[in-house]
Amino acid sequence: MIKLTVNNQQRDLDVEPQMPLLWVLRDILGLTGTKYGCGIALCGACTVLVDGVPIRSCTTLVSAVEGKNVTTIEGLSPDNSHVVQQAWIAEDVPQCGFCQSGQILAATALLASTPNPTDEDIDKAMAPILCRCGTYQRIRRAIHRAAGAKT
Amino acid sequence: MSPTPSLTRRQFLSVGLTTAGALLVGVDFAGCARNDAPPIASKGDETPFGPNAWIRIARDNSITLLVPSSEMGQGVMTALPMLLAEELDADWSKVQAEFAPAHAAYFNPLMRRQQTGSSTAVRGFWGPLREAGAAVREMLVTAAAKTWSVPLSECTTALGEVIHTPSNRRTRYGELIEAAAKQKIPENAFTKDSSKYRYLGKAIPRLDTPSKVNGGAVFGQDVRLDRMLIAAVARCPEMGGKAKKFNKEAAAKVKGVRNVVEISSGIAVIADHFWAALKGREALAIEWIEGSTAELNSAAIRSQFKSSAKSGKVANKAGNVEDGLRAASKTVEAVYEVPYLAHACMEPMNCVAHVRDSDCDIWVPTQGQTATQRAAAKVLGFKPEQVNVHTTFLGGGFGRRSETDFVVEAVELSKAVGVPVKVMWTREDDIQHDFYRPATYNELTAGISKDGSVVAWIHRIAGPSIISRLYPDGVKDGIDGTSVEIAAQLPYSIPNMHVTYAMVNTAIPVGFWRSVGASQNAFITECFLDEVAHAAQRDPFDLRRSLLKDQPRARAVLELAAEKSQWGSPVPTGIARGIAVAHSFASFVAHVAEVSITEGKVRVHRVVCAVDCGFIVNPGIVAAQMESAVAYALTAALYGEITIENGRVQQSNFNNYPLLRIDEMPNVEVHFVHSDEPPGGVGEPGVPPLAPAVCNAIFALTGKPIRSLPIRL
Repeated sequence: MIKLTVNNQQRDLDVEPQMPLLWVLRDILGLTGTKYGCGIALCGACTVLVDGVPIRSCTTLVSAVEGKNVTTIEGLSPDNSHVVQQAWIAEDVPQCGFCQSGQILAATALLASTPNPTDEDIDKAMAPILCRCGTYQRIRRAIHRAAGAKT
Repeated sequence: MSPTPSLTRRQFLSVGLTTAGALLVGVDFAGCARNDAPPIASKGDETPFGPNAWIRIARDNSITLLVPSSEMGQGVMTALPMLLAEELDADWSKVQAEFAPAHAAYFNPLMRRQQTGSSTAVRGFWGPLREAGAAVREMLVTAAAKTWSVPLSECTTALGEVIHTPSNRRTRYGELIEAAAKQKIPENAFTKDSSKYRYLGKAIPRLDTPSKVNGGAVFGQDVRLDRMLIAAVARCPEMGGKAKKFNKEAAAKVKGVRNVVEISSGIAVIADHFWAALKGREALAIEWIEGSTAELNSAAIRSQFKSSAKSGKVANKAGNVEDGLRAASKTVEAVYEVPYLAHACMEPMNCVAHVRDSDCDIWVPTQGQTATQRAAAKVLGFKPEQVNVHTTFLGGGFGRRSETDFVVEAVELSKAVGVPVKVMWTREDDIQHDFYRPATYNELTAGISKDGSVVAWIHRIAGPSIISRLYPDGVKDGIDGTSVEIAAQLPYSIPNMHVTYAMVNTAIPVGFWRSVGASQNAFITECFLDEVAHAAQRDPFDLRRSLLKDQPRARAVLELAAEKSQWGSPVPTGIARGIAVAHSFASFVAHVAEVSITEGKVRVHRVVCAVDCGFIVNPGIVAAQMESAVAYALTAALYGEITIENGRVQQSNFNNYPLLRIDEMPNVEVHFVHSDEPPGGVGEPGVPPLAPAVCNAIFALTGKPIRSLPIRL
């Protein structure tokens, strides 16, 4: 049994310790907001927060997050009320939307550590997350908007 | 039945009521009269739409449009409801969108099938959806006027209500559905003058955004069904090869693996979850038999193209190029080449199928519902209507999802094991088993007269054909229209032109890739034109402007991009501007790119985009599509290249097939040329002029033309 906390809920999981967190979330827990995009930590679609830090769940073994707090997109808010979600809605960021769970969680972690990020801060924090639709410009705007809303 | 000169509303609309009392409106583009058509069937409350219903107006005043096109990021799930809502005078806050099933009633009139591609969604449904909205509005007004016993002329509509103006009586659409269903379908319900628009032309927020910021939007990858198993397929890395030997027992022993099945595309491992399927796939340790492509490589393909280039068929001819070249005082010659490209949709290919004895359900992120239905029916020996297609959100499409290879896999697997199966592709599967954007080889010659005008233009294209595989009848006199788009329709006034195409098909499968032939041909022609401008000692903008004297729409976007980028004004040291224009998918786009080179790396700082896409349905979505096209095309220009060695694709994931990241994204400014023309395409037209704008800036910086992609300095 592996114990971890997902979106503030304690989970006891009968899975192999080497199973990547991504597949535990998606195929065992049914939390499909976290996406599979590359499997080798190059696209960031699988980004979740572990104790507030963005990690790539496709290359993180479930045993490595035992006892830790995992936050997925489903855990950000029950009603799209999180400041980053609100900013994403206001800027109409998503196109296909597939990468956006990872983008939003990475932005959330950035704003937690850097409440007023510069464009350079944003580029650095968000570069691991690919968007094939090219929503990058709106992502920048939305992060600035969320920073403004917080202060 | 006599042929009808045009489709009238009575012929293409039908109405009905659900048992729960919602008004259903069917729209059919089949072209035959509707008076012999059956009334809309409704299976009851749980399935409120019949097989060909489009619009549902419910008692709670909600208005739902079944969107026939696929939502892959281009905003169709918002733009199409806007067309209906405008003419219906709906309250936008009550408007909803759902994905339509696969049915002939949802064929895009421009595609003649249910398919999302060629930037046709708004173009195809612009007329029918507005006309349907206007007709239903009139039925609601007529119903209200009769109920109130007042003249029709005293009634109007706004925000989902019929209003009797003299008495200010109001009633919501949801209260009128039974009465409206009894009204005659009007022959002449007039659509609005554009000056009266409440929604069209406004940057209405996308309807799908809320579900895309909380993980709620369901993509194909996210479909979960009772008893569903998940499969990974091992496909031969060499095109056309087959499995010789594999260790079925080792795969079956992996915890979570349920079955190992041979299907037409390879060996499938079916498991409780994808991780087990992947481990099982590795355990197969397959030995492959080399196929006929074992010798195939990029260099050999290139020399095949090169040796065929001069024997192409004529795609366009004007004047006499020999005479033009004889009269020229200067000639310019160059060879241009582009590589194969993968689509790399953010969501790798996948499909869920549940096959039963006499029917089948398919959940799939697809651009082609009709093709999906036919492909599944063929595997199963069914009629297409025995296949139900549930379209999910698409994590990118770009043409890749108009194919059905992943559908066939899921159907074969579910048929084999009798439960729902989700086949998931890894990123490596996705990059290595694509239908690639064609690589091409191009020889160009231009003649310049003494006064600096372009008097001759020869363009010889050699490369593989997409249409010869997908729609062989569409190849006419050896010409695949997609292979020569842009190249055979240059907007420029050049008196002598000769454009040829030599079809050279290889074992490398090719397919539609965002903007198709325009994606490479605009790069080739617009970069070569800058070489011509250079040789003629003319400013690239001025030369284009003079060559576009008979093309007001192309010239207007060119001028707007130049104006907004302050073309000709000084730029900071180390930065240069490049310009390009392209007409594709019934729209016109010009880009000006500001580019620098630092330590051998190309950096695009800013792209000024001018677009004329006819009437702009939603400027927010159009701007987003231009930003998107810039990112997509810049990725290809900087990095995109699929190479072949021993019949195998050498790239596999984002380490060797990189995509543009946020720190490389230029600042994109979008400017509109306002037009009263009907809407043009939006998803694709921003792609073609981007690579040449960037490469022309590099040419201006270095004096060295970029003649092949990806850019290598």
